[in-house]
Amino acid sequence: MRSRTYRSRGIVLRQYPLGEADRIVSILTPEMGKVRAVAKGVRRPRTRLGGNLDLTSVIDFAASFGRNLDVITEARTLGQNIEVRSDLPRLSLALYVCELADSFAPEGSRSRELFRLTLSVLDTLGPAPDPWLLTRWFETRILDVSGFRPQIEDCVECAEALKPGDHLLDLGAGGALCPNCRSLGVGGKIFVSESAMRVLRHLQRTSRSDELGTPTLRDSLRDEVEGILSRYIRFVVERDIKSADFTRRAVRLEGDANPQFRR
Amino acid sequence: MTTPVSYSPAPIVKLVEEFSKLPGIGPKTAQRLTFYLVRMPEERARDLAEAIVGVKERVSICSRCFNITEADPCDICSDPRRDQSRVCVVEEALDVLALERTHSYRGLYHVLHGAISPMNGVGPDDLRIRPLLSRLRENPVEEIILATNPNVEGDATAMYIHGLIAPLGISVTRPARGLPVGGDLEYADESTLGRAIEGRQDF
Ligand SMILES: [Zn+2]
Ligand SMILES: [Zn+2]
Repeated sequence: MRSRTYRSRGIVLRQYPLGEADRIVSILTPEMGKVRAVAKGVRRPRTRLGGNLDLTSVIDFAASFGRNLDVITEARTLGQNIEVRSDLPRLSLALYVCELADSFAPEGSRSRELFRLTLSVLDTLGPAPDPWLLTRWFETRILDVSGFRPQIEDCVECAEALKPGDHLLDLGAGGALCPNCRSLGVGGKIFVSESAMRVLRHLQRTSRSDELGTPTLRDSLRDEVEGILSRYIRFVVERDIKSADFTRRAVRLEGDANPQFRR
Repeated sequence: MTTPVSYSPAPIVKLVEEFSKLPGIGPKTAQRLTFYLVRMPEERARDLAEAIVGVKERVSICSRCFNITEADPCDICSDPRRDQSRVCVVEEALDVLALERTHSYRGLYHVLHGAISPMNGVGPDDLRIRPLLSRLRENPVEEIILATNPNVEGDATAMYIHGLIAPLGISVTRPARGLPVGGDLEYADESTLGRAIEGRQDF
């Protein structure tokens, strides 16, 4: 018989209000994937749990198995990123990262790589010289670890190495098409300019976020790359990532004050 | 699961059902309340029913501060003794009640009716943020207190509003960090909340 309670490290990805004072919390764990559990009474202050289940926080928690949802019995914050917490664009990107992790995370199976990736990106968002680029890198890496890596070095139909030039990315086939194969493919084609393809490949080839560098990218190119990745992800997870919209607004709001968010 | 309710007359079943939909009321409490009402004198039952209908008919939202009110503008907005140079921004009307109980704040309010919750699809346009901006342009104030809940979404809401009103040159403060992080403002006890609002800091 399995034990009735468990303990784990986790990242608080999402929260939904439940009744008057409770919340359902979605937590990413290394060994059990995404756990959805009820935190009772957390909207009242001075509960044992209160304050230890805030979004984007890394926690150590204990929960008991329930019939429908598990119930959180203990939680302690291990890390909360003050740099991110006090900067709207970075905080909104952190929320986007959490929502993305939530949509990709499996329930009930091991997800060490996804856990490690999400943790490292949340940690790096504070000091990152280009938080926008880091977020795009996270998108690329989460596609990799979840088995949806788009093929953008060779043609996805004929496997011929892609020559420089503009390309078509075929959503259904999961990769780029060479000029000869443009009429083929499964459908849902996105135009990718040569410069955008260069950025996408740079993201895909960079295995560590501290090797991303600080390339100078025009706003229109950033918009193109962001649009391509977001359409690709939407196709894979079959739903909208809701926080993307607010993230763009938060970044734009900050634009004048903060040159690295000049967009 | 069978409950004694299945043997009850239809009006009782209906009332139990309606009570159970209310926040904080489970099926057992709903039954207890219903059977209490059955024994209640008819006059008192009528008073209760009228009070419920009255809430819906006579209570509306203040067109200036969006607090719930019977008169428009509300009693706080139209009270000349209140400090017109300060506006305290809160998430819910219940937060106004909580702050009023502290007797530490004599300015005006602005109720957002929620917090920005990007993942749940609640953005700035779903809250009363735009009316706040036009209100501040029409009636300039000296200080805005951003008293949204002390959690990630409350912080995000405060920072977003701060970004919008920064060009207006108004002093922006946030209640002191004595507030329990993660809890909702409306549940904070009076002395803690009172100290937090008195010790507010530049944002
Ligand atoms: Zn080809
Ligand atoms: Zn009012």
